[in-house]
Amino acid sequence: MASTLTAPSSVDDRVSKRSLGARLLSRPEVGSLVGAIVILVFFLITAPTFRDLGVSGTIIYNSALIGVMAVPVALLMIGGEFDLSAGVAVTTSGLTAALFAYQFSTNVWVGVLVSLLVMLAVGAFNGWLLMRTGLPSFLVTLGTFFILQGLNLGVTRMLSGGVSSSPISDMDGFDSAKKVFASDFNLGPINVKILVLWWILFVVAASWVLLKTKIGNWIFAVGGDAAAARAVGVPVKRVKIGLFMTVGFFAWFSGMHLLFNQNSVQSGEGVGKEFIYIIAAVVGGCLLTGGYGSVVGSAIGALIFGMTQLGVVYAGWNADWFKAFLGVMLLLATIVNLVVKKRADLR
Amino acid sequence: MTTTESFADEAGTSPTIPIVQMENVGKSYGNVHALRGVSLSVRQGEITCVLGDNGAGKSTLIKIVAGLHEHTDGTMSVNGEERHFSSPREAMDSGIATVYQDLALAPLMSVWRNFFLGNEITKGPLGPFGALDSAAMKRIANAELTKMGISIPNLEQPVGMLSGGQRQCIAIARAIHFGAKVLILDEPTAALGVNQSGVVLKYIVKARDAGLGVVFITHNPHHAYLVGNHFVVLKLGRVALDTHRADITLAQLTTEMAGGSELEALSHELAGIDAGVVVDPSKAGPPVAAEPISESR
Repeated sequence: MASTLTAPSSVDDRVSKRSLGARLLSRPEVGSLVGAIVILVFFLITAPTFRDLGVSGTIIYNSALIGVMAVPVALLMIGGEFDLSAGVAVTTSGLTAALFAYQFSTNVWVGVLVSLLVMLAVGAFNGWLLMRTGLPSFLVTLGTFFILQGLNLGVTRMLSGGVSSSPISDMDGFDSAKKVFASDFNLGPINVKILVLWWILFVVAASWVLLKTKIGNWIFAVGGDAAAARAVGVPVKRVKIGLFMTVGFFAWFSGMHLLFNQNSVQSGEGVGKEFIYIIAAVVGGCLLTGGYGSVVGSAIGALIFGMTQLGVVYAGWNADWFKAFLGVMLLLATIVNLVVKKRADLR
Repeated sequence: MTTTESFADEAGTSPTIPIVQMENVGKSYGNVHALRGVSLSVRQGEITCVLGDNGAGKSTLIKIVAGLHEHTDGTMSVNGEERHFSSPREAMDSGIATVYQDLALAPLMSVWRNFFLGNEITKGPLGPFGALDSAAMKRIANAELTKMGISIPNLEQPVGMLSGGQRQCIAIARAIHFGAKVLILDEPTAALGVNQSGVVLKYIVKARDAGLGVVFITHNPHHAYLVGNHFVVLKLGRVALDTHRADITLAQLTTEMAGGSELEALSHELAGIDAGVVVDPSKAGPPVAAEPISESR
């Protein structure tokens, strides 16, 4: 420490300037980007259909279905928590809107708004209970996961007598809502779903908030060291509750896409999706313990998921293999992230 | 604080008026009295050292001043106004900054982000949603750290990669930059080596010379005596000694800190238990190895 003891203006020469390459490599999303390129090349070689440009629309749409929810899940993970109820919450959102509008014969948009309020409340409840009890988010959201799963099935059967909500496509407001949440258009040979555009918008907006605003700084801080954040005046509870409500908001949006894409919602849907979101975030470079990660990474993670899911089919393999492939991907990605990060830090 | 004058003589202008004045402050957790009847005053341009063994109540005391705990007895006044802090933010807004043992730095965040954590500079009309002015923050962080004599070449480096002394100094520089009038340092030298402790002690003096009231919590009387103007020794939640530098020597302070009469009793007790094993250095013969082996058998 001799050099810090010398004159204040003297330059510390122990640290040499890092090269651009090393700085790029220390970004959290680098590991996933390398993985995505490897998988893309792999399927371009093994699956001839994969090379068809028209297919890319389907692949990106499949990725967006996961990617939209991976955005808030990544933010939440950077904030040091995770939400196991995120998967079934999407179903709850779609069911709430459909059942409300149908039962009360309102304009579909009223159901959409009610659903938004319900989902924000679910998020706020998760966050509040977590902060109130100090329990790990694993337990709290596991509870909400089962509660929502049960409510989805029970309430739907009680109101509509079946396992799915009644179709609402002939109701007022359906067409305009479908335009917003689930329309598509053709761009040359590629069919572009509006969800993909929303996804890109969400990724850009969330990245900006995370990296360029005060709130983003606080998210990193509450995940990195909540006690330290509180000591310098960061409102830790409000940040964390806000993050859970963000998950609620995105679950609402995804639920709306589900509803207006299919016109009704299956009440048993969504179970297990929460892990896919978490995989996308982790593959994208988020640290499970919080304080580190990226939203862009979660998008790349979702792309890897989309490419693999369809690549396995296009390559002519049995789709049964997909889950095993996904698990291997997760492990590989985390190891690559770890190695890349360590090597970049050493440079 | 009995002064009823208004802000005409702000604590800052007169060194005789304490910025923080605690009288008979106590803190109980149920039937446990962690702190009882503690009086303490912090004056501008003075370093008040709070010493004490583990569990003496040092941490409880600073947590009250820092706003992490509320006191249950007595009064605490800041700038002549009686206060009860319910959050660290309130204490900070009153000009009290605390540098904790764990430093309150997020290890994976960069130096400049940590420096401005909770006090970020934003630009544009969007308020809290406005863009961070990272260029300005980097410039200010660099200037402030250089002023304190700390050179960190890469402000994008995560603080987790810096040394303990550097981190301590970042935390102190941050507190000073954000207009602290009172700086509370919770055992800043406890985990540091000799050289790094020296660096940190120098910054403590710099903070005092910058006109801050410093509360230096430590259990190292040597470090305390190097920089302290006023010494308060806590024992079992009570003040055992409260004295000015002029009235005490390092030897006295060390004895007081080490337990004074208790230590004497302890050494007597230890000597009495197994006197045969404890070798009196004056009576000890030449080293054992020098003696012929046959003789010792």
